[in-house]
Amino acid sequence: MSDRLPDAEELVRVLAEQMQGAIAHEARLVGIHSGGAWIAERLAGMLDGDHPVGSIDVSFYRDDYSRVGLKPTVKRTSLPFEIDGARLVLVDDVLYTGRSVRAALNELFDYGRPASVELAVLIDRGGRELPIEPTYCATRLAIVESGTFVLQRADDGTLTLAVEDAPARSER
Amino acid sequence: MNRNPQLNASGELHHLLTLEGLPREHVVRILDTAESFVSIAEREVKKVPLLRGKSIFNLFFENSTRTRTTFEIAAKRLSADVINLNIGASSTSKGETVLDTIDNLCAMQADMFVVRHAQSGAAHMIAQHLNATSQTHVHVINAGDGRHQHPTQGLLDLFTIRHYKKDLTRLRVAIVGDVLHSRVARSLIHGLTTLGVPEVRVVGPKTLIPTGAANMGVQIHHDMRTGVRDCDVVVMLRLQNERMRGALLPSAGEFFKNYGLTEEKLALARSDAIVMHPGPMNRGVEIDSPVADGKHSVILPQVTFGIAVRMAVMGILGGVNA
Repeated sequence: MSDRLPDAEELVRVLAEQMQGAIAHEARLVGIHSGGAWIAERLAGMLDGDHPVGSIDVSFYRDDYSRVGLKPTVKRTSLPFEIDGARLVLVDDVLYTGRSVRAALNELFDYGRPASVELAVLIDRGGRELPIEPTYCATRLAIVESGTFVLQRADDGTLTLAVEDAPARSER
Repeated sequence: MNRNPQLNASGELHHLLTLEGLPREHVVRILDTAESFVSIAEREVKKVPLLRGKSIFNLFFENSTRTRTTFEIAAKRLSADVINLNIGASSTSKGETVLDTIDNLCAMQADMFVVRHAQSGAAHMIAQHLNATSQTHVHVINAGDGRHQHPTQGLLDLFTIRHYKKDLTRLRVAIVGDVLHSRVARSLIHGLTTLGVPEVRVVGPKTLIPTGAANMGVQIHHDMRTGVRDCDVVVMLRLQNERMRGALLPSAGEFFKNYGLTEEKLALARSDAIVMHPGPMNRGVEIDSPVADGKHSVILPQVTFGIAVRMAVMGILGGVNA
């Protein structure tokens, strides 16, 4: 299976090409921890213009907290710009049920009222449980329900994709 | 029954009763989680929905406005419903036992109890009662029990020290004053030891240092000047007048002369030392005003961090199922 996995670096380039010229020139990128944050950083370096990058950890907004508790490692949400009136692009590695994006939207709105929010993802694996669709998507890729795509970052910053056994579907 | 009643069968933190014997990974996780809660206070909406729909009861059998307030703010920032019970003035004075009170509140679908009691072991007893009666979905946080423990205060002290000093494995920490009556000191000493702080000193007159202090792995100093010398952190304790029984001290003035933190005594500590105090302060008794308000003082940041730390504890406990 892993030999058929797409090259994550290539997917980031595809995503950047789609976004180039399509996103607002003053758009700010908000990456969802941890994969989305890595991708947002890379996109900012590849896209023309100045696109400040923030990152968001949605742990405090997840809908499965009462079942699975708080993640052992919660990262600090860091949005070093005004959210009120901003044009935002939310960035994540894999779009699945849509629940993480729902949580991220809720968190963003606790910081202010953005003018608009778009969604950019590397992989759309289907299986949506909420009416959420990506604005930019590098590839659509199915996977068995018991598996999960995991984005990894090497010490030199290189991104790679792997497939691991998934926790229960509700945890995505 | 678990040997450590704070942890459930899977080793997760289910109640927070004491820092004594609390494994390092739990301490570190609470401090790390608290980091993410600090920034919430800087947002427009100072609330996250984590504990929405949960009922948290503040059970204060002993008064403490500040601790109760910070727990209340922490719970409200997590979107919980908070019910403050001033127990001294209600059921128990009509003869109801503490455990009957607990069972009644559980019948009202309580999810968490924050317990302050003058008796050591009170929170522990409540937690064991809940575990023994299969009410394991309910969590207990010890908000101070007698002379025993005040774990969230110890954690916020650790958070503050880590915030300013980063690396704890090279620190020299002095805890000064009424150590005998201080649950804050006891919790902090356990926490510092757990996180690998190499040198912890307790400083005070013989009458206010507990006899077993040396067994806790601390150095004992009766001379304030040698006690704070070269320290990175000086923690001043409140002189607990209301706990004083008998003549342990000649007078507050005498205490200040020997153990009050003045700029002159603080000058013996390291030049970048921080000064902490759990509050409420007795200015001119254990700490001089120029020090309390001076550049070394991190007493007010302690209060702010205390909210984040209590949010972290509530957030972690609230997500743990039996």
